[in-house]
Amino acid sequence: MHPAFSVLIFTVASGAGYGLIFLLILGHLVGISALQDQMLILVAGITSLIFISCGLLASTLHLTNPKNAWRAFSRFKTSWLSREAVFAILFYPFVIGYLLAIYLQGSQLNGLSALLGVMSLVIAFITLFCTSMIYASLKTIKQWNTALTPVNYIVLGLMSGSLLLLAIQAMLAASPATDLYNLAFVFLAMGAVVKSIYFYWIGKPSGSTIKTATGFTQASVRLLDQGHSSNAFLNNEFGYTVEADKLLRIRMASLGLSFLIPALILMSTSSVLLVLAVFVCLAGLLAERWLFFAEARHVVRFFQANKKD
Amino acid sequence: MKLGLVVDLDTCVGCHGCATACKQWNTSGTIGPLSDQDPYSKDPSGTWLNRIRTYEVGDTPNSKTVHMPMSCMHCEDAACVTVCPTGASYKREEDGIVLVDQDKCMGCNLCAWACPYGARELDAEQGTMKKCTLCVDRIYDLKLPEAERQPACVLTCPTRSRTFGDFDDPNSEVSQLVRERSGKQLLPELGYNPVNTYLPPRNKPVAEVHAQASVSQTVKGWVNKIITR
Repeated sequence: MHPAFSVLIFTVASGAGYGLIFLLILGHLVGISALQDQMLILVAGITSLIFISCGLLASTLHLTNPKNAWRAFSRFKTSWLSREAVFAILFYPFVIGYLLAIYLQGSQLNGLSALLGVMSLVIAFITLFCTSMIYASLKTIKQWNTALTPVNYIVLGLMSGSLLLLAIQAMLAASPATDLYNLAFVFLAMGAVVKSIYFYWIGKPSGSTIKTATGFTQASVRLLDQGHSSNAFLNNEFGYTVEADKLLRIRMASLGLSFLIPALILMSTSSVLLVLAVFVCLAGLLAERWLFFAEARHVVRFFQANKKD
Repeated sequence: MKLGLVVDLDTCVGCHGCATACKQWNTSGTIGPLSDQDPYSKDPSGTWLNRIRTYEVGDTPNSKTVHMPMSCMHCEDAACVTVCPTGASYKREEDGIVLVDQDKCMGCNLCAWACPYGARELDAEQGTMKKCTLCVDRIYDLKLPEAERQPACVLTCPTRSRTFGDFDDPNSEVSQLVRERSGKQLLPELGYNPVNTYLPPRNKPVAEVHAQASVSQTVKGWVNKIITR
């Protein structure tokens, strides 16, 4: 699959934003002491809104006919993309209400602000899940059509969110809180495990072949002619192929940047370096999302007999 | 009604006539122009609703060249319609034709990702998704003589390897062809239940290959027989 840069930015940025707001509000509601600070909640809340909004704006850049984008709210019953759009918009009034309540009343919770908080965190989680299901629901792409896809999106979203939360808290309070510090470590470890399982799983051959595609299941089938002399939509969109050794190098870079280096930086516990850890992690996740597309092989490639299938 | 096509892989000669007729009819049809990019350059590109690929099936001397035209299969469980967030993609209740409302499409590409047959192509100039309409603007046109109320690809096919009809009617020509020639669906394992069906090539006698007999070969053969015993 051709990796569209706007979609990479969208999934990484909005994932980090939803992860951040989810952990922030959850921590505030269950009473983690470091998160009972009005200033911290406002700064982290607004940061998450910036991440989410930039992500959503980036997602509209890959539309070729954006004047009809407003119609994307109309197929909630069937389309995961429509669900994602509806929940992404529904999220705003609740989270703005929650942040407004914090701004006006301080970090002390009352019935209304708690309700707004619960609604915001639930919708944030659902939106993240819907984003992942856009990909996981496609039966045509074996590497996406798995429960590992939503698990990856949610864990990596929460992971980058926990790093962001820790960095913001450490900047404001001058020293990182132990709870958030441990949380970020746990998510880094979970992310690395989940991603490794995914890489292992997509390496296993299974599914359709050129034989089931063409219906000649009892003989060898070779493509003689693609039927067109130069690339068109199908080849550009689905024929995207990267050399195996380059994929391997980017995998290593992505694992290092997303999980290993942030974990090493975390051990230093310097507030400034924690901000660096966030950026390194986000860069690693961009590489991870690029791989998510570049390694996905659409079944139409069997008809086109694109290389390495 | 369940309208669709039967393609006979035994008689298709891969002339691309169906694709050309399709482009000619549909570029001025209901889904608007099918734009081309740099059509006369070294690297031409464009929107087509029908693509013909050629395969070699089996190994020499038992191999066969098979031409496989592919357009929208008008699936019974059309995932392209399910994933569409705007409602631009829809499947008609009355005849099962899958269409894209060009006025609603936002060009997100998701339906093309959901289609296993590569039947949907994004028009680079219009920014909307284009696909086979089964010539919906021909087959119901009462001003045309009845024999011409068929998709352009079917009418133009010089070997008559394409047949159009109602798969719900057990006595229609398409249903009979599928029964008699054991028609096959492509990628049935995905469960989209495509309506368009492909008739596999008939089995023909294999052309025999005679090895040149020579005295030395015959003697070698005898020696080999003795040694293996």
